[in-house]
Amino acid sequence: MAVDTALANPTTARPDAAIARPRFRPGRLAAVVVLVAATVLVLVWAATNPRFEWGVVGDLMFDPSVMAGLGMTLLLTVVCMALGTALGTAAAAGQLSDFGPVRWSCQIYVGLLRGVPPLVQLIFWFNLAYLVPRLSIGLPGADPVASWSVNELITPLTAAIIGLSLHESAYMAEIIRAGIMSVDSGQRDAARAMGYSRHQTFWKIVVPQAMRVIVPPSGSQFIALLKGTSLVSVITLTDLLYSVQIIYGRTYQVVPLLLVAVIWYLIVVTLLTLVQRRIERRLGRGYDRTTSARVRARSLEGDPA
Amino acid sequence: MTQAATQASTPAPAEPVVRVEGLRKRYGDKLALDGVDLEVHEQEVVAVLGPSGSGKSTLVRCIHQLETIEGGAIHLDGELLGYEAHRGGYRTLSENRVCVQRRRMGMVFQQFNLFPHWTVLKNIAEPAMSVHGQSRRQAEERARDLLDRVGLADKADVHPRHLSGGQQQRVAIARAVATRPRVVLFDEPTSALDPELVGEVLKVMKDLAETGMTMVVVTHEMEFARDVATRCVFMADGKVVEEAPSDQFFSAPRSERLRSFLSRYSGERRSPTDLEKVSS
Ligand SMILES: Nc1ncnc2c1ncn2[C@@H]1O[C@H](COP(=O)(O)OP(=O)(O)OP(=O)(O)O)[C@@H](O)[C@H]1O
Ligand SMILES: [Mg+2]
Repeated sequence: MAVDTALANPTTARPDAAIARPRFRPGRLAAVVVLVAATVLVLVWAATNPRFEWGVVGDLMFDPSVMAGLGMTLLLTVVCMALGTALGTAAAAGQLSDFGPVRWSCQIYVGLLRGVPPLVQLIFWFNLAYLVPRLSIGLPGADPVASWSVNELITPLTAAIIGLSLHESAYMAEIIRAGIMSVDSGQRDAARAMGYSRHQTFWKIVVPQAMRVIVPPSGSQFIALLKGTSLVSVITLTDLLYSVQIIYGRTYQVVPLLLVAVIWYLIVVTLLTLVQRRIERRLGRGYDRTTSARVRARSLEGDPA
Repeated sequence: MTQAATQASTPAPAEPVVRVEGLRKRYGDKLALDGVDLEVHEQEVVAVLGPSGSGKSTLVRCIHQLETIEGGAIHLDGELLGYEAHRGGYRTLSENRVCVQRRRMGMVFQQFNLFPHWTVLKNIAEPAMSVHGQSRRQAEERARDLLDRVGLADKADVHPRHLSGGQQQRVAIARAVATRPRVVLFDEPTSALDPELVGEVLKVMKDLAETGMTMVVVTHEMEFARDVATRCVFMADGKVVEEAPSDQFFSAPRSERLRSFLSRYSGERRSPTDLEKVSS
């Protein structure tokens, strides 16, 4: 067979991969043509369409109220992520508890908060005063030690923080739970065998190893939260989106102002993505070679091998 | 540690280090341990043998309180493990007290279970520091000394994944003895190793036995059981079927089950034995 082919296609040179030419792939060439054409069309359209009003975009990019809105968006993201992670860690630990009542409550907590759309939650918390007019600390029947009007406590900011943090905590709980479960049970056995307390086992042994599984989806979650903060415009909190809405409500320059917001969201998300990649690379370093603990066949026990 | 010092810390001369009485352990419907009695005395090396599923791992895990038990009692130096007298009966100990009790025992696992995110040195020294409150200098000094003894002095600063299975298990043994436990429990320490790496681990265990460490070793290594263990225990179906000093255990097995178990291994003898190879 090999001889036949050689006779049918006589080649002068000796076979050598170094002199081989890559094949022509027409599909790839077509893809490049289509992509370049589409890019050029979009750019020309965006640059020549006067309705984009790029001049306005440039003027308002660093407008003080836009900057304040961006600051609020970043603040909300960081605060809600921190609170959500703390609550989520507790809920994840509770879901893995061997004590039924704690486990069930945490499962219900996560199920409820994950099931309710964040927009609905924001509106609900904003209107909490309707259900609970006053918040008091004290024994039932006695005069309260302290008491607040819920209407004063629940500002757009506190409602936003409560709603987004709770929503975030349910997602973080699931991510952290998956991370904890990914740690080999032998690690927990070894830690307990060394005399580590539950607490030490969790923080010294389990969490550092779970991080590799927890960090990548948490980064995505952080980015999703950043974009999710735009929901707070419905409860009139002046985040990035709401502050551009205020301006275009006055000037009717809807498209350029939305572009200002879009560009800022893209800048922040891109920066976050770069940070996330870098952290992932750090955590993954050196873990590429897994230990090959080969379990020797138990053939001595008479298993058919 | 001198022998006199070791004995002085023993509460009563006749009290074994580990005493297991009528131990019962259930997994669902399955009775994994069905009334096990076992005594391990100071400086003894007890080999636990038996077919797969006979409850050997369960026994050592129960002694180390990694499993809850359904019946019977386990004592360490005469102290009841996991339970305390309470209002004329008994109740389970607090989690913290159980941790304190575990600190007097060491355990070596089949899969090594070194902590992959720590260096070899930290694997050995960290528990001594955060569990036993030793200073870093003291803990690391002891860790380096132990690494030297298991022949891995040059590996102190690498992570476990860069070691072979045999090297990892030697580190795990160093880790288990770093805090000077009263007894070290081994659960098939060589079963996950490639055959050519078994000898180096058995050698370390033999050296450890020679220092007078009290050991309970679940194993399928017959040479080790015969040559290093002082006593052998044969388990089947969650019970101790036969128990004898090592030489008698192999030369004069009493029960039919042990005879047929041993006959299955007779063809497997290596010659020269791995132990002889590494010690020469
Ligand atoms: N976590 C568990 N859940 C349910 N059953 C278990 C569990 N661990 C052990 N068992 C059962 O208990 C019995 C004793 O198991 P054990 O692991 O102690 O046996 P072994 O003597 O160590 O066997 P091997 O030589 O295979 O390690 C077996 O029937 C096993 O199926
Ligand atoms: Mg086992």
